[in-house]
Amino acid sequence: MTNSNEYSLQPGVWREMGLTDAEYEKIKEIIGREPNYVEVGIFAVMWSEHCSYKTSRPLLKLFPTTGSHVLQGPGENAGIVDIGDGQAVVFKIESHNHPTAIEPYQGAATGVGGILRDVFTMGARPIALLNSLRFGYLDNARTRFLFSGAVEGIAAYGNCMGVPTVGGEVYFAPGYQENPLVNAMCVGLIKHQDIKKGIATGVGNPVMVVGARTGRDGIHGATFASEELSEDSVERRPAVQVGDPFMEKLLLEACLEVIKSGHVVGIQDMGAAGLTSSSCEMASRAGTGIEMDLLRVPRREEGMTAYELMLSESQERMLVVVKPDAVVKVKAIFDKWDLEAVVVGKVTGDGMLRLTEGDKIVAEMPAKALTEEAPLYERPYSEPEDLKAVQALALASIPQPEDYNQILLQLLAAPNIASKEWVYRQYDHMVGINTVVRPGSDATVLRVKGTAKGIAITTDCNARYCYLDPYTGGMIAVAEAARNLVCSGAKPLAITNCLNFGNPEKPAIMWQFRRAVQGISEACRQLNTPVTGGNVSFYNETKDTAIYPTPVIGMVGLVEDLTRHCTQDFKNNGDIIILVGVNQEELGGSEYLRVVHAMEAAGKPPALDIALEKKVQQAVLRAIKKGLIKSAHDCSEGGLAVALAESCIAGNIGGEIALPASVWQGIRLDALLFGETQSRIIITSAANHTDQLLQDLVELAVPFTRLGTVGGTNFEINLLDPESKIINLPVAKLKNEWREAIACLMK
Amino acid sequence: MMKFGVVVFPGSNCDADCLHVLKNVLGQPAEYIWHKYDSVVGFDCIVLPGGFSYGDYLRPGAIARFSPVMEAVIEFANNGGLVLGICNGFQVLLEAGLLPGAMRRNDSLQFRCHDTDLKVENTETPFTILCEPGQVLKIPVAHGDGNYYCDPATLKALNKNNQIVFRYCNQQGDVVAAANPNGSVDNIAGICNQNGNVLGMMPHPERCAEKILGNDASMILLNSVLAYWQRKVH
Repeated sequence: MTNSNEYSLQPGVWREMGLTDAEYEKIKEIIGREPNYVEVGIFAVMWSEHCSYKTSRPLLKLFPTTGSHVLQGPGENAGIVDIGDGQAVVFKIESHNHPTAIEPYQGAATGVGGILRDVFTMGARPIALLNSLRFGYLDNARTRFLFSGAVEGIAAYGNCMGVPTVGGEVYFAPGYQENPLVNAMCVGLIKHQDIKKGIATGVGNPVMVVGARTGRDGIHGATFASEELSEDSVERRPAVQVGDPFMEKLLLEACLEVIKSGHVVGIQDMGAAGLTSSSCEMASRAGTGIEMDLLRVPRREEGMTAYELMLSESQERMLVVVKPDAVVKVKAIFDKWDLEAVVVGKVTGDGMLRLTEGDKIVAEMPAKALTEEAPLYERPYSEPEDLKAVQALALASIPQPEDYNQILLQLLAAPNIASKEWVYRQYDHMVGINTVVRPGSDATVLRVKGTAKGIAITTDCNARYCYLDPYTGGMIAVAEAARNLVCSGAKPLAITNCLNFGNPEKPAIMWQFRRAVQGISEACRQLNTPVTGGNVSFYNETKDTAIYPTPVIGMVGLVEDLTRHCTQDFKNNGDIIILVGVNQEELGGSEYLRVVHAMEAAGKPPALDIALEKKVQQAVLRAIKKGLIKSAHDCSEGGLAVALAESCIAGNIGGEIALPASVWQGIRLDALLFGETQSRIIITSAANHTDQLLQDLVELAVPFTRLGTVGGTNFEINLLDPESKIINLPVAKLKNEWREAIACLMK
Repeated sequence: MMKFGVVVFPGSNCDADCLHVLKNVLGQPAEYIWHKYDSVVGFDCIVLPGGFSYGDYLRPGAIARFSPVMEAVIEFANNGGLVLGICNGFQVLLEAGLLPGAMRRNDSLQFRCHDTDLKVENTETPFTILCEPGQVLKIPVAHGDGNYYCDPATLKALNKNNQIVFRYCNQQGDVVAAANPNGSVDNIAGICNQNGNVLGMMPHPERCAEKILGNDASMILLNSVLAYWQRKVH
């Protein structure tokens, strides 16, 4: 080993790279000598929280990850579930929060680019993108800049790629003002036999770098993602990568073509920590080593050091291990797409990641030491001291409104409830011509061409609930995602999650994380939706203020027969409106408390009775499959009244709701109308199907209430007496308030 | 049978959608034509699909028009061959000089993806012969640069020669500013050349040709092409 002076190490420099002294000592122990600058840089990035999951890994073991339909669980570039007929769905969600906080357009765009590569590196053609977004309130000019920039970046990347952005969610809360969240999810479709993994098997096999050239952009991106944001963070702008969706489109087509050709042994995208993570992870998974001559890596500029080449996060690159006789053929495929493909090294049998510049070795360490043997931390946790006070809510002190019409209009115009059309009209959500149910519904539904099947997709998380009670909030995120899929007629299959939290070195944050993971695990077990992968994003804090704990759930489901899918819009005059589930007096954590009573986050979130949840979901799914239901919509933010209004708005049709005494006795009217009690779905059925439907519900012992009838042009709620109209408004007015709210705020 | 060719530029992304509709919905033979080919011999209709050819980093279509296949497409069009440019394909046709005018950024300065209503203004082109005059078709748009512009003299000529094929309108068929998604001159959504054999349109007919997607309004355009072809052959 010749340690070049060029890469000699100044004492203490590891601390600037984010390593502790103890971690540095461990590195010395592993390699049996003083590491040089390049080696420390490589260890630092691979042992960063972002790459190593050193804090979260012990807890992530709680997730259920197996199931008869799971073909690939966590640990690969993306998870895979079987959908029958030899087909499978590949999917994953990932965060790009910190880049978006300082450069929203590129930060969000490259988040989309990265998640796309995670899916097509498995050999799948991406068929859908979703984005889960969190920003501060839009009355702040910088928030509007961040929000519009992020949406534009997402649109620019996805639209150019020709992958439809079909859904997601957008929430606004003060905690995200300085630290917005952008979580991008991608779903791909694949035949079982085409699945490729990120493994470097076959000693002597050539290792190739394909796609874009390596530049000095994005160096330290992973390290930047592993620290809190501060006023100095703008200086991190060079750590934000710059996206080139056209290059990625070429890379997508070339990679799928080369994978189909049978020449590929293993392939992995260069995401966080670029060449470093892709090489050591591929070697580590296969139990092999990789040797690369860095002088052969195509680069954008002269004079790049080994350190820069290994840590660059230049986008649109892949590392490919190919069969020994296939190099020429692989190059020809990339050449067709005007892309470079260069052999930079080979697979070795000694388990080492070895980097050279020509004959000179510049770094050498065991591949597994960078991945599996990264440090693990069991960090201390304790319940936040102020939580009990926050959870206390004296309902009696909250006055009930006098004018419910006004309250409903106010809620429909609240950005967390209002139409997100301003966002999704900027996304091409139809390209690929599979979009059967467009954005704005409970879940998006895509057809699978050539079959009768459909795939339903959603992302969900009410972070305010998670702040008020992370265990229940975590469970609700999973339950609501499943409920959304069921409302579209899909059987929930599996989830991916993106766990966005504050600084885990603080015991209160660690407690939130731990409780949320426990809640998600329990709900996934109960609903039989295993976790197939995802991403953890810590350090979402600025100036000592953390975001709400935000564990976003991305869930996919299967619609077995697309002719029996379902949407939320009320359909025809005379259809009967039925509430499945039970109303409770629960106002804690509600949008109503925030909008009407200026209580940002107060009380306990609604309780979740998972047994009831399962029964409600099974009953509704069965009824949809039997063709007894014309519309289905779950009650979420804004509660019963908002859900009913949304179904009217979506259907451009009115409805008369006559609430029987059994519903409103013993419960505050504002809680009944706007409380966010879980496990409730509003369905409609044709009058001649209603008897059958209700009989089935009775047989399944699922609670329900007949609420009223679809028809007319007004949305009306009365207490079983048309004289006592609590709410009576033209649907056109509701629609206008709901539809224009965000566009108005963005003007 | 009528043989369709769908040109694939680097960055085309509606090529597969067009091929699917032509083959599996319309039931006609259809093949991709790689942009580096220099011949389109054997095809009866050429489709330039939507997408972001060469990333649209310069003006949309400005680089694609230099692809080798475009010389062949121009020759094909000048000999009366049927050419349909959709979205980015329309932009390429403008850059290639097969249609007059130019595209600007949408007046909202944002990408727009939603359904639009189109008034069929010319029912004599091969692409619209089955339509009723003034018929309203619901066809979605998805573009950032669909703000069609031409100078007053050209607009006059387009009107005089009946080259404006589609205009954005409301559901009742009124051509009003509120129905215009991008600020295009005179609500223009699609135009043809003087002979009517070359059509460029911003909305995407391939996205509304199947009932399962909730809308098959564009089948009348596709069936028009077939009907035209049958009349021509017989």
